Amino acid sequence: MQRNPYLPLPMKLVKNFTETEDKLIHTFTFQFLSEEDEKSFPYMPGQFAEVCVFGKGEAPFGIASSPTEPGFLKFSVAKVGLVSTALHMMEEGTIVGVRGPLGNYYPLEQLKGKNIVIIGGGFAFTTLRSMITYILKPEHRGDYGKLTVIYGARNPGLLLYKEELEEWNGRSDIDLVCTIDRPVEGWTGRVGFVPTVTKEVAPSSENSVAIICGPPVMIKFTMPELEACGFKPDQIIMSLENRMKCGIGMCGRCNVGNRYVCKDGPVFTKAELNQLPNEY
Amino acid sequence: MIIAKNALPGLLDKLAAEYEVYAPVKQGAYSLYKQICNGAEADFGYVNSKIPPKGILFPQSEKLYSYSVTGEGTSLEECVDTRKKVIFGIRPCDAKSLLLMDNVFNNDKFQDPYYLTRRSNTILVGMACNDPAGTCFCTSMDGGPFDQSGLDLLLTDIGEAYVVEAVSQKGKDLAAALALGAADDSQKAAAAEARESAEVACAVNTVGLKARLDVNFYDPIWEKFHEKCLGCAACTYSCPTCHCFDIVDEAKDCNGCRVRNWDSCMFPLFTLHGSGHNPRTSGKERMRQRIMHKFKYFVDNFNATACVGCGRCIKNCPVNLDVREVLADIRGSEARSDK
Ligand SMILES: Cc1cc2nc3c(=O)[nH]c(=O)nc-3n(C[C@H](O)[C@H](O)[C@H](O)COP(=O)(O)OP(=O)(O)OC[C@H]3O[C@@H](n4cnc5c(N)ncnc54)[C@H](O)[C@@H]3O)c2cc1C
Ligand code: SF4
Ligand code: SF4
Ligand code: FES
Repeated sequence: MQRNPYLPLPMKLVKNFTETEDKLIHTFTFQFLSEEDEKSFPYMPGQFAEVCVFGKGEAPFGIASSPTEPGFLKFSVAKVGLVSTALHMMEEGTIVGVRGPLGNYYPLEQLKGKNIVIIGGGFAFTTLRSMITYILKPEHRGDYGKLTVIYGARNPGLLLYKEELEEWNGRSDIDLVCTIDRPVEGWTGRVGFVPTVTKEVAPSSENSVAIICGPPVMIKFTMPELEACGFKPDQIIMSLENRMKCGIGMCGRCNVGNRYVCKDGPVFTKAELNQLPNEY
Repeated sequence: MIIAKNALPGLLDKLAAEYEVYAPVKQGAYSLYKQICNGAEADFGYVNSKIPPKGILFPQSEKLYSYSVTGEGTSLEECVDTRKKVIFGIRPCDAKSLLLMDNVFNNDKFQDPYYLTRRSNTILVGMACNDPAGTCFCTSMDGGPFDQSGLDLLLTDIGEAYVVEAVSQKGKDLAAALALGAADDSQKAAAAEARESAEVACAVNTVGLKARLDVNFYDPIWEKFHEKCLGCAACTYSCPTCHCFDIVDEAKDCNGCRVRNWDSCMFPLFTLHGSGHNPRTSGKERMRQRIMHKFKYFVDNFNATACVGCGRCIKNCPVNLDVREVLADIRGSEARSDK
């Protein structure tokens, strides 16, 4: 029998960083305790893991770090309940458990040679960060065409990964468009909702794939804009976040129709989702 | 082979020396599968147990591992149960349900060591149903009162004795270890007679059911099934093929264990997101999920219906919601529901 999929790998919290101004999102950096442990956790952008706080429970979070950043895993977590609150209050140096990697990942092989348009909203930018970091790695960058990133938040203080955004802004191999909902003093970037900005940027659908993650309203209104740009359902990739427990297709919780989001997803094309009931 | 009824308690005692033996035990007005220490506790005057024997392999509450966390690290201790077991007197429908459950706990990507270890260490001694209940509809679900799927041995009650058939190698080995005598011709004839006369009165027509479910997710028909449902989940807890569970921590400070407990798609919290969004907001979506899962999704994934027709959900539902009627309604035909 394979490894027991319920047993977490112990990892050490080395950084508990307050990511957003409202303090509701923290980014956690966990360090592998040994090289062997790290080898047992080969992951790809788009996958998630169950993070367990011993004594509280476990919860699934998208992996925000990229496999090109060895030695640690990063998660950005919104404070909503039991496990996420326990994480927020956790002292650096504490041991947590991480179970994974779980789920499928962005289809990096199929994306080779294509232009990639990444659209994110709110704090659902975690696995997108992983994806962007992966693509920007010099040994990968040549495999992909133009990289366009549209990222929106309510206000500048709620954007994640500010240092990286700044770094990406200065590069010529990525087109980054950050936008906020309403004008704020000192903000020189764009203002407007993600769907509107998508319309303005009007990414070409020619030989392109769009990856879109964000709150349901953002997705709902961005879809028609992508369609207007000529994106077909099989050129649009999404990542679902149903409630999960086991993460391995057994506890029966996360299904959309006959697919388990944990085991068969969380990454689906719009074409695949069109075949499934809208229960997500 | 044959087991005389008066020899059965002794034989169960003998088994109990080597195995954990589970058998039907009377509990007030109904029967349950319980571990027995002595053969006399078993009572085979049962139609079927109120709760299915799935809990022997997939307990209602089970510790997955215990842990202790110190400044220096963590230690985890797996709690995989490796004891050998015999379920004595399991009904054919329940044996079949375990074959269905195997698909879930040994799926295309992951294996559940807790269930699978118990499963491979468990021998299933079946008891054929000479007198199925009015709520049984196994023959409509690809099973039957003498069905041997999943069993190691099958017993047939012929009055004074049980005629025993070996179904699998495991069963043959067990029969050999117990040195069971041979059945004579008249005993074999009596067993054949019992098989002939066993009748499952209720039939559910499933022709075209899957084809309907393939297309009727948004059909208004789903508005009505849940109307009287209380959302109590008695139907799913007592269903031998339902496998949903929750995982929780039971801990004091840094020492504790991770535990899994049966859960149910009939509960509103089951799918509630951390954000407050819930993809299945009302009883309508939850009832649809229960039916769709058993009669469509499971068929899509494993080419088998996740219902064995045991009738427990019908018997245990406090408001008499009858899955046979629901299925008939979906098909647009008349239900036969003899209770
Ligand atoms: C694939 C995937 C990736 C994800 N990625 C991320 C990510 O990168 N970052 C992120 O922040 N989140 C992510 N999520 C969401 C995250 O999993 C949830 O926010 C998390 O599970 C919440 O866990 P919790 O223990 O903190 O909350 P819980 O304690 O489970 O509570 C969540 C909510 O449900 C309510 N609730 C729960 N149980 C009960 C009860 N018994 N009675 C009443 N109310 C109850 C609580 O009030 C609360 O509002 C992801 C989810 C999935 C499936
Ligand atoms: S759905 Fe009802 S009849 Fe079918 S196996 Fe489950 S409890 Fe038995
Ligand atoms: S047992 Fe009956 S009332 Fe209870 S959840 Fe099931 S269908 Fe609803
Ligand atoms: S989280 Fe358990 S089945 Fe998907």
